Amino acid sequence: MRPAAGHPARAAGRSLPGAGAMTLGYNTLVVLAGCALLGLAAGTVGAFALLRGRALVADAVGHAALPGVVLAAMIVATLGHDPRSLPPLLAGAALAGVLGVLAVQALARTRRIREDAAIAIVLSSFYAVGVALLSYVQTMPGAAQAGLTKFILGQAAAMRAEDALWAGAVATLALALCLLLFQRLRAACFDPDFARVQGMSAARTDLALLGLIVTVTVAGLQAVGLILIVALLVLPAATARLLTYRLPRLLLLSAVVGAASGAAGAAASAAAPDLPTGAAVVLAGAACFTLALLFSPDRGLVPEALRRARRRLAAAEEHFLRAAWEAQEAAGAGPGTAGDRWTPIAALAAARGWAEARAWRLARWLALRGLVALSERQVHLTPRGAAAARRAVRAHRAVEHHLLAIGAADTAGADRLADLVEHGLSPEAASRLLPEPSSLPASPHALGGKP
Amino acid sequence: MSADGGEAAARAGSPPPLEIRGLTVAYGERPVLWDVTWSAPPGLTGIVGPNGAGKSTLIKAALGLIPALSGTARFFGRSLEEVRNRVGYLPQRASVDWDFPATALDVVCMARYPRMRWWGRVPRAEREAARAALAEVGLADLAERQIGRLSGGQQQRVFLARALAQDADLYLMDEPFAAVDAATEQAIVAVLRRLAAAGRSVVAVHHDLSTVADYFAHVLLLNGRAIAAGPVRDAFTPEAIAAAYGGRLNLLEHASVHAAGRS
Repeated sequence: MRPAAGHPARAAGRSLPGAGAMTLGYNTLVVLAGCALLGLAAGTVGAFALLRGRALVADAVGHAALPGVVLAAMIVATLGHDPRSLPPLLAGAALAGVLGVLAVQALARTRRIREDAAIAIVLSSFYAVGVALLSYVQTMPGAAQAGLTKFILGQAAAMRAEDALWAGAVATLALALCLLLFQRLRAACFDPDFARVQGMSAARTDLALLGLIVTVTVAGLQAVGLILIVALLVLPAATARLLTYRLPRLLLLSAVVGAASGAAGAAASAAAPDLPTGAAVVLAGAACFTLALLFSPDRGLVPEALRRARRRLAAAEEHFLRAAWEAQEAAGAGPGTAGDRWTPIAALAAARGWAEARAWRLARWLALRGLVALSERQVHLTPRGAAAARRAVRAHRAVEHHLLAIGAADTAGADRLADLVEHGLSPEAASRLLPEPSSLPASPHALGGKP
Repeated sequence: MSADGGEAAARAGSPPPLEIRGLTVAYGERPVLWDVTWSAPPGLTGIVGPNGAGKSTLIKAALGLIPALSGTARFFGRSLEEVRNRVGYLPQRASVDWDFPATALDVVCMARYPRMRWWGRVPRAEREAARAALAEVGLADLAERQIGRLSGGQQQRVFLARALAQDADLYLMDEPFAAVDAATEQAIVAVLRRLAAAGRSVVAVHHDLSTVADYFAHVLLLNGRAIAAGPVRDAFTPEAIAAAYGGRLNLLEHASVHAAGRS
């Protein structure tokens, strides 16, 4: 840990110089706790914001806050007080943020542009005003501009314990309100019209949600920064949404991911004071989201791809085994029995219309599973393989028989359709579809090569 | 065109479940409903008319969900504010996001919110009432299923269960039969008949002319204005239907209407 002249908070945090790496300063601990609490609140409020389709509103609030922060600092400095004092800056940010949202709503209500465009226009305009004011402030004498730029990208390491306590208190307030309003928020998010018919004011609930978004955004300005605060609201909620369908569980998960992201960001900022906290927080959240998107058991992309691949493989296995069985039948073993002749893999490939290499891969795989015996260029069903093949043949013929019986397809069409739907058909279901449940009927079509 | 139902209810000495006077609604500069005066009698009433006739608009405006340029809606002779707990609502299924993180039971519980403190958990008694409503529409086994994993017909039945859980005396239903399977349609019809038998009233937007006579005792034919209203036998005539649908009704539908009218 090097002494950082530009970061008084870190200097204060090292209350016991040389006490060793194991001892974290009081200040660092408070900042860490404050950021975790902030993430907790943002995760909870963000879940409702996401469900109500208000994620971009949070972005507008964040960007619109900049002119408020700068103006507040100017006013405080002009009055001769310490412009770094947090409460007036946060109040300015909140006011400007609310004004930004009102501007978005007013713009959208003119029906000249849609809400997404209104949000883009308002957030960039307000932000531009803020940037212009900021450059003006920097020409002013005095300390008005001191540390204002840290609100843009966030710098937890520059926070004093007092600042962290403020942020933590505001975040706790938002969290408590959110939990108290849980039922109302859920009703208004799912079906606002129904809530209104029941006498709940959806407008008032929306206003409460907006208030919560503004509160969390403002609380997070110093730690995360106004550009990236939207991510702390959206990423934990989006992550949790991938992991569960239950709202209470979703809120809990979202809060945990938010708290972890906030703490990770603060820790990174403490370790590397030049790293903007906002970036660290967002990267931690984005990592969680990416993991959930890829590996969520239910909605993840990887498990889904695996499930699809497994289903495809199972279908190909069944097709192979059935082809082996039917080759026996075609060779004169008679329906319902599996003779013990060897069948050339090339003949099976021809019967399925497969490339020979594919048939070979399947043959080797099924040999590994002990369902076929492989010798030279030929296969032979093992007893287990024959049982599996018989099930597959029954399922196929049950579907064929059913389709033909209801007149839904001709023989060739029934064969093709059955190939698609037979997999996963239980033996019981097959019995219900077959005219004689216990026996294996003959194929309705000639066996052998596919056209 | 002011309805028979109002008179019948007046004879019975109690105000009608729903009474609409001079309702005019416009979207922007385009009027959708023109000076509609109509009252729904007790029992089952269908609102029928072509696309864009203002059927859903009538219901939403009566419930105060969209602003009316003029006109009033009275429920049981009172303002909606006074009798909210006696009025139930079944919105169109497509009006919500079914991917929302909620179970069927969660959704039905929302009907019980007015009976609960607005903070804290759903009390056991309210949860049981919601379960009973789900059982009534045949979804008792799917109470814990995420709503996105229900079929379209099952989702519609969840909405119906939510309306039932409101335990209202009048239900306004927006297309309860839209895009449902035959089993769900029969389940909904059975519920409507039970409601009517229990003295409750239902006003439902309906789009299938061939089943109007089967499902409803009264009908309102709507096309911007109230074209005809009254018992299905009297008001649901080929002439009134032609007047409501203009030239938009094709011959095939006419045929089925005639058949329905005679039965």
